[in-house]
Amino acid sequence: MTIAIQDTTVRSPTNLALHGRIAKYGLLGLALLAYPLMASDFWIVQIGAQTLFMGTIALSLMWLGGYGGMVSLAQLTFAGVAAYMVAVFGVSNRPDISLGWEWWAAIPVALLIATAFATITGMLAARTEGIYTIMITLAIAVAFSLFCRQNYAIFNGFAGFAGLKPPSLFGLNLRAPLPFYYLSLAFAAAAYAGVVYVTRSTFGLALQAVRDNPRRMRAIGFNVYAHRVAAYAMSGLLAAVGGLLLAWFNGRISPGSIAAGPCINVLVMAVLGGMVHPVGPYVGALVFILLQNFAIDLIDPERFNLVIGVAFLIIVLASPDGLVGLWQRMTRRRSEGPSSQR
Amino acid sequence: MKQFILTTLNGLTLGALYFLVASGFTLVFGLMRNVNLAHGALYLLGAYVGWTVADKVEYWLLGVAAGFAATAVLGLGLQLLIFRRMEGQDLRQTMVTIGISIVLADLMLWFWGGETYQFTPPEVIDGSLLLPFTPNWRYPSYRIALLVAAAAIGVGLWLFLNRTKVGMMIRAGVDDRAMLAASGVNVQRVFAITFMVGAGLAGFAGVVGGTALSIAPGEDVRYLLASLIVVIVGGLGSITGAAVGALIIGLAEQYGLAYSPTYGAVYTFLILVAALALRPQGLMGRRA
Amino acid sequence: MVRSIWGVRSVRGAFLAATMLAGLSIAAPAQAADSIKVGGLATLEGAFTVLGQDGLRGLELALKEANYTAGGKKIELVKGSSDATPDSAIRAARKLVEQDKVDILVGPLSGDEGVAMRDFAKTHPNVTFINGSSAAQDTTLRNPAPNFYRFNTDGVQWAAGLGDYSAKTKGYKRVVTVAEDYGFPYSQVMGFMLEFCKAGGKVADKFWVPIGNKDFSSIIAKIPDNINAIYVALGGADATNFLTQYEQSGGDKPMIAGSITVDQTVLGAKGKRRSYLIGTPSAGPIADTWDDAKWKQFVADYKKAFPDGLPSPSLFAHAYYLAGKAMVAGLNEVKGDLGDGEKKFQAALAKLTMDTPTGKVSLDKNRQAVADIFLTEVVEGPNNTLMNKVVKVIPQVNQTMGMDEAEFLKLGPASRDNPECR
Repeated sequence: MTIAIQDTTVRSPTNLALHGRIAKYGLLGLALLAYPLMASDFWIVQIGAQTLFMGTIALSLMWLGGYGGMVSLAQLTFAGVAAYMVAVFGVSNRPDISLGWEWWAAIPVALLIATAFATITGMLAARTEGIYTIMITLAIAVAFSLFCRQNYAIFNGFAGFAGLKPPSLFGLNLRAPLPFYYLSLAFAAAAYAGVVYVTRSTFGLALQAVRDNPRRMRAIGFNVYAHRVAAYAMSGLLAAVGGLLLAWFNGRISPGSIAAGPCINVLVMAVLGGMVHPVGPYVGALVFILLQNFAIDLIDPERFNLVIGVAFLIIVLASPDGLVGLWQRMTRRRSEGPSSQR
Repeated sequence: MKQFILTTLNGLTLGALYFLVASGFTLVFGLMRNVNLAHGALYLLGAYVGWTVADKVEYWLLGVAAGFAATAVLGLGLQLLIFRRMEGQDLRQTMVTIGISIVLADLMLWFWGGETYQFTPPEVIDGSLLLPFTPNWRYPSYRIALLVAAAAIGVGLWLFLNRTKVGMMIRAGVDDRAMLAASGVNVQRVFAITFMVGAGLAGFAGVVGGTALSIAPGEDVRYLLASLIVVIVGGLGSITGAAVGALIIGLAEQYGLAYSPTYGAVYTFLILVAALALRPQGLMGRRA
Repeated sequence: MVRSIWGVRSVRGAFLAATMLAGLSIAAPAQAADSIKVGGLATLEGAFTVLGQDGLRGLELALKEANYTAGGKKIELVKGSSDATPDSAIRAARKLVEQDKVDILVGPLSGDEGVAMRDFAKTHPNVTFINGSSAAQDTTLRNPAPNFYRFNTDGVQWAAGLGDYSAKTKGYKRVVTVAEDYGFPYSQVMGFMLEFCKAGGKVADKFWVPIGNKDFSSIIAKIPDNINAIYVALGGADATNFLTQYEQSGGDKPMIAGSITVDQTVLGAKGKRRSYLIGTPSAGPIADTWDDAKWKQFVADYKKAFPDGLPSPSLFAHAYYLAGKAMVAGLNEVKGDLGDGEKKFQAALAKLTMDTPTGKVSLDKNRQAVADIFLTEVVEGPNNTLMNKVVKVIPQVNQTMGMDEAEFLKLGPASRDNPECR
């Protein structure tokens, strides 16, 4: 992978470490590529692919929270906007609403609208700080879900849309287990690489400086507000990509998929994994999805939320930077990602 | 005309209920910068405990007291065991309260099940009364009682904050925590008392609100969202702000329901977004 | 040095995790040839938990009566849980079908979950899906799935007889409706209005209440005075809230109820403010106190099997019970043979005619139940309990309410403003 080579941080890595990281990413990549050979369809799609795209949505939160210092609960909403827009512009079970565009037209428009939505949300939310940001984004998330539920003309109300399918490329059904897994993997890898790349760009470094000391950055002439809004725009694009996969995975999108509960689940994933390294959201998503699917076999099916809640509490209380932070401390290695802001 | 007046009354009384819930929330935030997202769970817990006690002893007022006491004790415990250890870590405290609310919600579902519970309020405030100056219009007495109770609590809180020594310490703590500690006041005790009162108010509101409507799983999130919106619109940390915010939201919700039911619920959130965008510190709030 | 070691170790960790995952999937319980795996999917999380639990009680009762064997094979029940959203239902179904490898899936509980399950069924043609209690009309009426069977009636069917009775016997000529703003209540109101409007009744206004709204006082303030009755289709907590607030505000118009408005969860709700309910007509797939030997036996069996269940089986328990009974009967018919993509079993289900606690049940060409509907009225029972007393049994109601299918389809799907008769 090229990530390690394009390293532009001040801390220039030693040759040895560089090799180590290339080996690390290479082997991890191989493992992820080879995973479907060892797993059943259920493990490939429901666990594997879902972890990858939910992790990408959680990554969009980690990007905003970890590097930008803004915790947003509206990330699933951005994903939902993209999902709704492919349904509206593309093909769904409601031909009277859907415009039926080809995928190469519908998908870019959906991504664009979701990014625009995230930008507008950012323009509102970036005026606030800390817990106010959490609350305004939660409010936007709930308002959007309620609006979709009540609006039948565009969003088809409570039932939403079904029959959403990824495009067929060269006769390949992208929703079949293997192609869908690799599609999710490709998007996740691109999102991950994108985040790592941007954090090392001038913009990314400035954003982290804004997170650490907005007043100083303002004093030396940076437009703090613009940096924050731009961070929202990028998080919107990341979440929107995850949202497309979410819509194709379920084959449907409805207000229930983007209500307050699922929005908070994205935060749970990011926090479980740790907001200190871009791999955290994926780890968190994996743990969450495993629990979601198998809690019913391990304990009383009715107590899934108790298990999730207790696990979340333990992580927040014991390791504020999540499982990844725990791992980093166990291996006594200095974090390369953003340091914890809490 | 009749509909407009009744709707306005409904808005006022719903606002009264929202004020009861939100006052504890804003009190805790004002002093401790703790956004207690478990406030809704405390509301529901107070309601359930209150119902159980009222059902056993068949005395509604005792249920109200039990609802207050149970959540006050729990709040005290949370402050002493958890929040005290993460002072100044706003975001982490918020995360912990999210975790607590998930756990509490599931424990309550476990214990009380998913049924709907209803209180039987005392005869005096059960039923309807004739509205004065009207041609035979009736209005639920309980909702009028709710309005009176909210006003009483509001005045009581004001007196507590402005006329008692603890209240003075709390106000001093809101303005300058370090200075208060430096002047020899046991800040931890002030925090503990504040959190206890704030949590207790949530439980109290649970019984009172549960009697007006009913208790069921999911009410925790509803009232959490309502209090969040109320205090943000009004200004976090300000009791007067909570009252103003509660009235605005209560009225908006009822007018929305009456005149534009389809998007009624959305308006509330739009008011919130507008308030935050135009005046991030809220109507009555001060910049932190 | 440390760094590169860390790198390699983490990769080894990833490999380890991957192999463990793969191992787990291999370790998924192997299927014994002499047993049949059945997935039972209901809402065991969230606000509808009580209903989901009761639904599964119905399924378990049916299996218990068959001694957990059918067609000479042992039946193994695996439970799945949703939170009433279609997404969660599909997630649980995918796990049951793909991971637990169930042969037959029974569920889900609520309307939009049912529609999503039908779409999911189309992607797994070799598994048989039997509906739990979901009652959305579209699940079987439009675009049905060949391997999806529904032995319970739908939300429109449930209203059979109610409009007629309200207009003719009760003499209500002008009503308003109060119902939640989503698919299921739309179909309930449609079922009611089909008959009520035909009998000359007028529906002056329809109040659609957003889901989750608990404060109905401003809706109540809008109810006009010049009406005879209010048709209410709200469920659980909402029905209780509406009734309390309506009475508190001095309202006195009688009520006509939807199928889940005065079911056990509401009649059994704690609190004393229930006298207003007496005299309320409603219609639905069951009636608690039907004076029929088979029904009484069913209630007795339910109570015996589940001492801490509801005082009487809810319509969710009943629907899941029918599904379980049908499944057992179908398996007995084919002697447990699920080979050839379960085709024989599915054919047997399609032809099935069952004698159930609520009368004869058979399927139409869309694999949708044709069954009896009960017109009831709330009366006071012994020990200060309320119950639904049967006024009339409407025999063998089909999905098109006795209308010609083409004519019925022309009415279009139920919505906020379909149908109308002001």
